[in-house]
Amino acid sequence: MLIIDCPNCGPRPETEYGYGGQAHVAYPEDPHALTDEEWAQYLFYRDNPKGDYAERWVHSAGCRKWFNAVRDTRTYEISAVYRTGETRSETQKGA
Amino acid sequence: MNQRELPEHPDFLWANPEPKRSYDVVIVGAGGHGLATAYYLASKHGITNVAVLERGWIAGGNMARNTTIIRSNYLWDESAAIYEHSLKLWENLEEELGYDVFFSQRGVLNLAHTLQDVRDSVRRVEANRLNGVDAEWVDPQQVKELCPIINVGDDIRYPVMGGTYQPRAGIAKHDWVAWGYARRASELGVDIIQNCEVTGFVIDGGRVTGVETSRGRINAGKVALCAAGHTSVLSELAGFRVPIQSHPLQALVSELHEIIHPTVVMSNHVHVYVSQAHKGELVMGAGIDSYNGYGQRGSFHVIEHQMSAAVELFPAFSRAHLLRTWGGIVDVTMDASPVMGRSPVDGMYVNCGWGTGGFKAVPGAGFAYAHTIATDEPHELNRGFGLDRFVSGALIDEHGAAAVAH
Ligand SMILES: Cc1cc2nc3c(=O)[nH]c(=O)nc-3n(C[C@H](O)[C@H](O)[C@H](O)COP(=O)(O)OP(=O)(O)OC[C@H]3O[C@@H](n4cnc5c(N)ncnc54)[C@H](O)[C@@H]3O)c2cc1C
Ligand SMILES: [Zn+2]
Repeated sequence: MLIIDCPNCGPRPETEYGYGGQAHVAYPEDPHALTDEEWAQYLFYRDNPKGDYAERWVHSAGCRKWFNAVRDTRTYEISAVYRTGETRSETQKGA
Repeated sequence: MNQRELPEHPDFLWANPEPKRSYDVVIVGAGGHGLATAYYLASKHGITNVAVLERGWIAGGNMARNTTIIRSNYLWDESAAIYEHSLKLWENLEEELGYDVFFSQRGVLNLAHTLQDVRDSVRRVEANRLNGVDAEWVDPQQVKELCPIINVGDDIRYPVMGGTYQPRAGIAKHDWVAWGYARRASELGVDIIQNCEVTGFVIDGGRVTGVETSRGRINAGKVALCAAGHTSVLSELAGFRVPIQSHPLQALVSELHEIIHPTVVMSNHVHVYVSQAHKGELVMGAGIDSYNGYGQRGSFHVIEHQMSAAVELFPAFSRAHLLRTWGGIVDVTMDASPVMGRSPVDGMYVNCGWGTGGFKAVPGAGFAYAHTIATDEPHELNRGFGLDRFVSGALIDEHGAAAVAH
């Protein structure tokens, strides 16, 4: 089981959290301007890297807040956590 | 025993040639799908100048990690067509390959535990029948007759309210399936090349002309991806995206037991599925781990969750000992249906997104994919499964619809 360091509550077991997939996927600024191809990308396509991945977690059984983490999808090691609304800085890009 | 007295090494089932400089078709990945595709290209289309490139060893990916459930009772027409075609090929596979794959049509029970489950299940039975797929609704007493060790009492958290039963469904020995296809493909002239990782693509004016590998450049008339959980990594190298997410999926076996479990039982609601292997191990599968992962392992609480469901349904299992757990990397799409067809790069084809349920599809998918590669046109069976469905919106939503994902 992963131990995930919630920015509000500290390290807690994975079973307290829900997974939210790729972080920083913004709702399209002008949805009407999107082609079908662009809609498909927004709705159905997400990055799927083998390596560092910026992703969202929600601390459902704790503070109930969403936040972001950078996790290596090969080793599952988490190298950074940061609050929603913060951008992934250079130091949070992980090793 | 003295080493000199060891018996002679048995004959290899397939040749292990050095890669040639060029092939008509290069298939990336020697799991079930890659090997079956090579076999059908050679046997049905006479295309034998084919290489299957595998970064590790044959069936070292999901192919020999799955729980081997074979069935065709999917809800939607497109799914029923390709899985039922596959099941028909399974029914003749040992004869066709001249090789034992221990295909055993012991039936699959999909249990219903809620009123909604019951409604969905009955609807699926009717849809299956319209599509020529054998299916019946069975009440709790009939469930008990089919699998006497199930607890059908109403004093458990999610009592069994009935189930669907597909008598022609069953299991097979996954590694033997891979070997059977590899052997026949090799006999027909296909080069199976292990320890050969594809690291890039040679693309000239929008058309693929070869692959870069850990063993040098190999030219190719056509390139067909069969890399399951690694498809995104490869498509990224070729400059396009696929709508999949790679997740760990775990399974486990118990020690050997007397044969006590005559069929295959799947439960979507409490999430466990169980069969008993030919030797006697209980084989059980879990749901996917929630996070993306390429580690071929998942979190233990997923196994615990699944065991608590198993023990409630099968009280006898509480005494069984866990022998081994493992994980694979499954390629999941948003509509829980596979992707098969042409890619944005000319001469390059994609077959991925089989997620947690592509073992049963090995013969059918190999058959349809070989047609797609040979003719540069989808087969009737995979026309609906192209990448274009995510743009048109014509999704094939098997999430929940198909009883359980595997
Ligand atoms: C635990 C578990 C249980 C499952 N249970 C069932 C079930 O009961 N029924 C069912 O129908 N399905 C089941 N599945 C799903 C099924 O196993 C898969 O859908 C199917 O095996 C995928 O196709 P494949 O065999 O070709 O994949 P794989 O065997 O994963 O083949 C892909 C191959 O590509 C190779 N590869 C990757 N990258 C490269 C590269 N760059 N160069 C060269 N080679 C590369 C890999 O090494 C691998 O060998 C299960 C899966 C798992 C993990
Ligand atoms: Zn918290």
